[in-house]
Amino acid sequence: MPAQDLSGNKAFLIEKIIRNYSGIYDKAVAERVAMIRRDKVSEPVIFIGTGTCGMISGAGATVERTRKYISDNGLTAGIVEVGCNGFCSAEPLLDVQLPGKARISFSNVTENKVDDVLNAVFHHSLQPGQALGQYREHGLEEWPGVPLMDQLPWFRLQQRNILKNAGMISPASIDEYIVRGGYKSLYKTVLNYPADKICAIIEQSGLRGRGGGGFPTGKKWKVALDTAGDQKFLICNADESDPGAFMDRAMIETDPHRVLEGIAIASYATGASQAIIYVRSDYENPLNVLNIAIVQAKEYGMLGENIFGSGFSLSVTIRQGAGAFVCGEETALVTSLEGQRGLPRSKPPYPAEKGLWGQPTVINNVETLANVPGILENGPAWFKSTGTKSSQGTKLYSVAGKSASTGFIEVPMGITFSAIINDIAGGVKEGRSLKAIQLGGPSGVCIPPSQLDTPLDFEALAGIDATLGLGGMIVLDETTCMVNLSRYFMDFLQNESCGKCIPCREGTRKMLDILDSITKRPKEESTHETLERFKGVVQLENLAGVIRDTSLCGLGQNAPNPVLSSLRWFREEFEEHIFDRRCLAGVCHDLRTFFIDVDICNGCNICQKKCPENAIVGSLKMPHFIVESKCTGCGICFDACKFSAIYYK
Amino acid sequence: MDHFFEKYPLKKPGNLIPLLQDIQEETGYLTDEIIEKVSAHLNIPANRAYGVATFYDQFRFKPRGKYHIRVCRGTSCYLCSSSSYLKEIEKLLKIQAGSVSRDKKFSLEAVSCMGGCSQSPVIRINTTYYHHKSIADLAGIIRSLKEKTE
Repeated sequence: MPAQDLSGNKAFLIEKIIRNYSGIYDKAVAERVAMIRRDKVSEPVIFIGTGTCGMISGAGATVERTRKYISDNGLTAGIVEVGCNGFCSAEPLLDVQLPGKARISFSNVTENKVDDVLNAVFHHSLQPGQALGQYREHGLEEWPGVPLMDQLPWFRLQQRNILKNAGMISPASIDEYIVRGGYKSLYKTVLNYPADKICAIIEQSGLRGRGGGGFPTGKKWKVALDTAGDQKFLICNADESDPGAFMDRAMIETDPHRVLEGIAIASYATGASQAIIYVRSDYENPLNVLNIAIVQAKEYGMLGENIFGSGFSLSVTIRQGAGAFVCGEETALVTSLEGQRGLPRSKPPYPAEKGLWGQPTVINNVETLANVPGILENGPAWFKSTGTKSSQGTKLYSVAGKSASTGFIEVPMGITFSAIINDIAGGVKEGRSLKAIQLGGPSGVCIPPSQLDTPLDFEALAGIDATLGLGGMIVLDETTCMVNLSRYFMDFLQNESCGKCIPCREGTRKMLDILDSITKRPKEESTHETLERFKGVVQLENLAGVIRDTSLCGLGQNAPNPVLSSLRWFREEFEEHIFDRRCLAGVCHDLRTFFIDVDICNGCNICQKKCPENAIVGSLKMPHFIVESKCTGCGICFDACKFSAIYYK
Repeated sequence: MDHFFEKYPLKKPGNLIPLLQDIQEETGYLTDEIIEKVSAHLNIPANRAYGVATFYDQFRFKPRGKYHIRVCRGTSCYLCSSSSYLKEIEKLLKIQAGSVSRDKKFSLEAVSCMGGCSQSPVIRINTTYYHHKSIADLAGIIRSLKEKTE
């Protein structure tokens, strides 16, 4: 996406908005702000979500088609590319704001639907139910019969503090962030408060790290501030190595300046003069957006030398992660930045005391930092007023997998699983029933339907042996096999284990072997091997305990989590696999038993010819039969049958 | 190679990964020769540079095909049967994930996550994303690329 030009608004925004403490503007200023905020537009503006989720859904073609529509119809209208508003399954989202009318939003506007949607808007021939919703805007004419966006199930229960601007503003424009209150907190911070006061405010607010550990952020900053060092570093961890979570990616794409402001404030509070943003290399779009945002922030003097004349200087650089799950662990991230293999170190000393190049280094997650400007703007009491006693504020979650709606949400701490899955995400897709919720990725746990009323906060989750993790939620339905999923996670972790400590390196391999043997058919297995397999299964829990207790870093300590929680809540499924050699979900292909439906089979003989084990008997033009003891469950006959006469149980 | 070294003039070992990333961005893959030159520039042993390059998933020692196909194997995509897509593509192109076809036209890679979990399963050919496609549709797309001669 192209950077917006910085024509002429710079001096106005800094002098009249950021440096204006009262927030009261005279008429001329208020009008100019309204223009930049797009509260008032003089010509139609079309907003298209071009975040990663939008681009995957085809937003690129939507933008092209919209451009063509505008030129074909001789319209004067602007196109603004915005980030995702969180409702990813509705992407590509196309919003239109006509002068004097409220902004109206359409979902799933792929290339072929653009003309219909724009015709309906410009010719005022909107069909009932055609639009997704309209934004609540005061003083503008509402569209009749179109629901308000904040009343839609997806948005109704959300409390959007850090996602306030999501999907509303262009991520490529610093102006739009400033007129919505941006960089005021930074101004206040660097000119009015000493660093330790900022640490105290953050500690008071109760903000805890959103990267998984849940360590109080203010405390971490104070440690780094109090430790002597030649140069201190602040690292923003945007590696988001959990495959299945995408909140950090979305946060950066939709409101990058909020993250940058958080980074600047955190650097000031910890005494850091250099900040590094560590972004996953697969995240092309976030990298682009961040690069543009940093250039703009430097141009406006929000980053760089002598910020707001306070004497505080900060240089921000981006470093691309090279693709290693273990680098989400903070000490491994530090070694990776030092140009080595991403191997974790033992803690203590914690990075806040001795981190990058041996200097005090604070490592915070994107979401944690995005919370900082809001806390300084509204005060710690405001932040504390949301959430539960032990966990304050709001939390981002990504909801993906088999839920009816998918995307990312911001809800108060302490909301229940059932509110998220049933009320916000609309239950499970295609009317299937919910089997479990996977929370926290490969190091996370699964939550069975019986625990859906558990509130999502640090303490309540600890009560059911779960952790919040990054907040990636995957909805599993009845077609998911828990043993297979455990095996998938173990395979992933075994691949990603850095190999430094033995419990993790060897333990995960052994656990994978055991899970493999459960999900595979014991072909030509001798009695001794059967005994070994059973012994292995019995040892699974034991082994998990050893890995958890003796591994060096968080990756190893949490590696057995998915297996342990699946064993706890879905033990019968494991037993089915072990004793009955059956996978009811039909996912473990090796355990399938094939049958031929004699009513359909016309004896074409193809399956018999293709069967590598000669397990199919029957003569031409007569129904065939599968000899179960010979069948290895390869499924070749199933694929080969042209009459769908072969089925499996 | 000199223009890369000019960008990172300091002999800091911390520059190793960004330097390798920049080079791979241009060349598409790394070779032993590149590793040797980079380590000489940064004044570190070549075995350390090689150890780093092989540790991370991002670095490749095989060239990319003209059409680079990436199949996501993140949790959400896995549940939406991305592995069947991968298997089908492997069968169609007769190559394994992580390798290049003999005519250098296709390369196939299984990546850990592309951040598009809400649209799973996600498959990317060069810069174009494909999602919610049936296996047959995808096979058709790849087949048409296969027949394309330029």
